[in-house]
Amino acid sequence: MSSTPTEARSAAAEAATQTAAETLSGAQIVVRLLERQGITTVAGIPGGAILPFYDALSGTDRIHHVLARHEQGAGFMAQGMARATGKPAVCLASSGPGATNLLTAIADAKLDSIPLVAITGQVPKAMIGTDAFQEVDTYGLTLPITKHNFLVSSAEELLEVIPRAFEIAASGRPGPVLVDIPKDVQNQRIEVREWPAPGRALPAPVADEAAILAAVEMIAAAEKPILYLGGGVVHSGAAELAVALAEKASLPTVMTLMALGAMPVDHPLSLGMLGMHGARCTNLALDECDLLIAVGARFDDRATGKVAAFCPGAKIIHIDIDPSELDKIKAAHVGITGDVSDVLQRLLPKVPPQLRKRWLSHVAGLKSQHPLQTPGIDDPRTHYGLISAVAAALDDQATVATDVGQHQMWVAQAYPLRRPRQWLTSGGLGTMGFGLPAAIGAALAEPQRTVVCFSGDGSILMNIQELVTAAEEGANVKVVLMNNASLGLVYQQQTLFYGERIYASKFQSVPDFIKVAEGFGIRAVDLDKVAHPRVALAEALNAPGPCLIHASIDMNEKVYPMVPPGASNKDMIGG
Amino acid sequence: MNAISPNERKALARAVLEIDVNNHAGVMSHVVGLFSRRAYNVEGILVMPVGQGDTSRIWLLVNEDVRLPQMIKQVEKLEDVLAVRRHGADHAVFERLEEFFQA
Repeated sequence: MSSTPTEARSAAAEAATQTAAETLSGAQIVVRLLERQGITTVAGIPGGAILPFYDALSGTDRIHHVLARHEQGAGFMAQGMARATGKPAVCLASSGPGATNLLTAIADAKLDSIPLVAITGQVPKAMIGTDAFQEVDTYGLTLPITKHNFLVSSAEELLEVIPRAFEIAASGRPGPVLVDIPKDVQNQRIEVREWPAPGRALPAPVADEAAILAAVEMIAAAEKPILYLGGGVVHSGAAELAVALAEKASLPTVMTLMALGAMPVDHPLSLGMLGMHGARCTNLALDECDLLIAVGARFDDRATGKVAAFCPGAKIIHIDIDPSELDKIKAAHVGITGDVSDVLQRLLPKVPPQLRKRWLSHVAGLKSQHPLQTPGIDDPRTHYGLISAVAAALDDQATVATDVGQHQMWVAQAYPLRRPRQWLTSGGLGTMGFGLPAAIGAALAEPQRTVVCFSGDGSILMNIQELVTAAEEGANVKVVLMNNASLGLVYQQQTLFYGERIYASKFQSVPDFIKVAEGFGIRAVDLDKVAHPRVALAEALNAPGPCLIHASIDMNEKVYPMVPPGASNKDMIGG
Repeated sequence: MNAISPNERKALARAVLEIDVNNHAGVMSHVVGLFSRRAYNVEGILVMPVGQGDTSRIWLLVNEDVRLPQMIKQVEKLEDVLAVRRHGADHAVFERLEEFFQA
């Protein structure tokens, strides 16, 4: 759930509102419904089939429209807003290519359970199915990548569909919802006498008490338990409860990529990120555990490695709001369907306090013998050193977004994340191009924060056009561009697993990113050329507004440790 | 998993799913899309409106497969699905139809 139970209750109190009858177009109705939802920022690009809506949008000063330069950028800006705040956010696109350009951002939201409401224009109803100009089957295309989708056939329906879209996006396991609105429906005028209540997250079904008691017994009886936190902990606002549980029952804690920030990395019980690029101590501890308590996690293959060899001696408690996640990958000894906040709240007072001196000292031993190796962390001209220097120049109020690739994994390993929703990254879909627009969205949703976007020279080019959007909006986004002139993770895999046959992963031509940024109207700093990189970095990060910080990285640096694809997590290479 | 021959498929045990859904365009696509994206063949499909026509009932004849429990959970998650009931392959609904499907 993206809202707390208190919010859900107060939302339930929001009632439908009677008003004097007004005659409004479908487009005006949608604008009014978005206002009633509390939406203050939307991102999109206009086009023929959504122009009636844009015309209506021009009539309100309660909603700020961010003009993206590619619909995928608009989709990821909305994701940035949703990830930073936990509330559903809205993106807009026209029919045809506008809608198809949104697809990647929608699919990304589906895999990471992000509440998104995408509104697309469609050709007029009478032209649907005629291969009209800019007609595409948006409904059909979004079937498998949305939580739910609508093709609206009358202005009347909008009064039901729009609140419902927000309710579905926010309820249970959050996700993206698409609303496709034909142009004639946007223009259709109807009389509105009553406004529906805004759509809010519905309370999750109450978890089974017997299962909670069984979990308590298993936790009390375990000798070598591990707490395994997933993105659901962040979505549910359960980070504090999870940390409290870990502390009370002395549970060493691992986090998925999506859960980073749920427990501060420097918490004594934190083992950091598990899986393909987790520290050796983390994966070795998991290999030995006798109880795995999975909370809002889905046993993703990047986290588990070869499933049959994942926590081979462990019983499993699995808590998730989505019943289809239980027993999907690993059969749980105790499966609990429920909002993880609610379940942890009920679990916590029942779990006996334990010290587990033997297990904790064993895990401490693993940590000191097999820690994460971060060579060069004191030198800001290395990859780990740069990340560490950025963190040193900022506080925990900063938000950290990434693109996808080596830089993403290095930041996941080395940035001291200490706050839920501090960390915005494309986990499930792994979308290069996510970082910059998501960072812009986060900066617009929370203008008081500095948003750092770590990117690579491969990823940044996939949505570089949004630099001009950042400039236009004055978004407080600092792009830290780690440039190794290659598709680093591909280069790494070709080096390690494809006999060093390097193909299509080294760029022959690399743009001058300083000029590119300046051309887009953004300040740029080249750390390669400054005498004191820490000073330059602190200046660049702390000056308001958008900025690009460029740093060259050695192409031959690898992300270690690495579990080869398909191998067991204990068979790590390097690190 | 999807590389099974027609003969192997026939040898598999069958199950019948009875699915109550809202009756509007696209609901069928949502349901069968869950199967097709997993290369899980649906052997038989029947659907008719129920009562006043606000809802429909979909009958699916599918192979028993280790993935079936997960499929049912996924179907249950769809917004337009009201209920899912699982029956054995001997359920009358498809057997009575056999005369319409003589080769």
